[in-house]
Amino acid sequence: MNTTSTPGTREAQIEADPKLPTVRITREFDAPPDKVFRAWTDPGLVARWLGPRSVTTRIDNWDARTGGSYRYVAERDGQEIASFYGSFHEVRPNERLVQTFTWEGMPDGVSLDTMTFEDLGNGRTRVVGLSVVDSMEARNAMMASGMDVGVQEGYQKLDELLAGS
Amino acid sequence: MSEDQLSRIFAALADPTRRDMVARLAVGDATVGQLAKPYGVSMQAVSKHLRVLEEAGLVSHSRDAQRRPRHLEAEVFDLMTKWIEKYRQRAEERFRRLDAVLEAMDEKETTDRQRIADDQKGAAS
Repeated sequence: MNTTSTPGTREAQIEADPKLPTVRITREFDAPPDKVFRAWTDPGLVARWLGPRSVTTRIDNWDARTGGSYRYVAERDGQEIASFYGSFHEVRPNERLVQTFTWEGMPDGVSLDTMTFEDLGNGRTRVVGLSVVDSMEARNAMMASGMDVGVQEGYQKLDELLAGS
Repeated sequence: MSEDQLSRIFAALADPTRRDMVARLAVGDATVGQLAKPYGVSMQAVSKHLRVLEEAGLVSHSRDAQRRPRHLEAEVFDLMTKWIEKYRQRAEERFRRLDAVLEAMDEKETTDRQRIADDQKGAAS
């Protein structure tokens, strides 16, 4: 489903395809593609925006070239809380970035993320990120991750609600 | 819950008319006729949309055969939209931090350009 944002704003939009295990995120930025692409691929810049505010992103390894790889660790109060790794399948400057993404806490899970950078003119860029996983369950779990209730709890609660309806 | 059920909810809410109906039903129960009014579509088309919403467990109806007002199962709907909206908010928060990074890059580049211009001026004089 789509979530809509108020017209006139350029807030992130999410589309979760009802039939495919994908999530699409669309967002516009007030900067030209080369600059947005740099903010996406320069490790020093990436570390400044990737993780939530309460979390520090420590980049372990970052080789943003086609065939390169990356790994980073999320830390809170100096404690490691999560780590992620993947490869740069394709780095096409200012246009397209294809990466795999795995949360090390769930090593069998992998997402294929394709980011396209569309030049809107006037120094603006639309970024469309498409994540593909291998099952609807993994997709829904991905969307539910970070919710206050755990994924399993969420499923159980929905089960109960649907059973009662 | 099965993937099927979750997928049905996603599918049901993928359609803008059905999202609209859900929004209308969030205000209060309504009959098929009341739901059809704002869209200028047939009762049949509305019934079809309602069936999809019912199969997803999002909408139910009473046994009152005369009116059969439709009722939104708000808890099911809230849980689903909360998942998606939270996910969206987290993405939006991330992108606002990226906005700030892009702005800071602007400032730095302006300063760098200014310094180069100043140096050139200095060299020329």
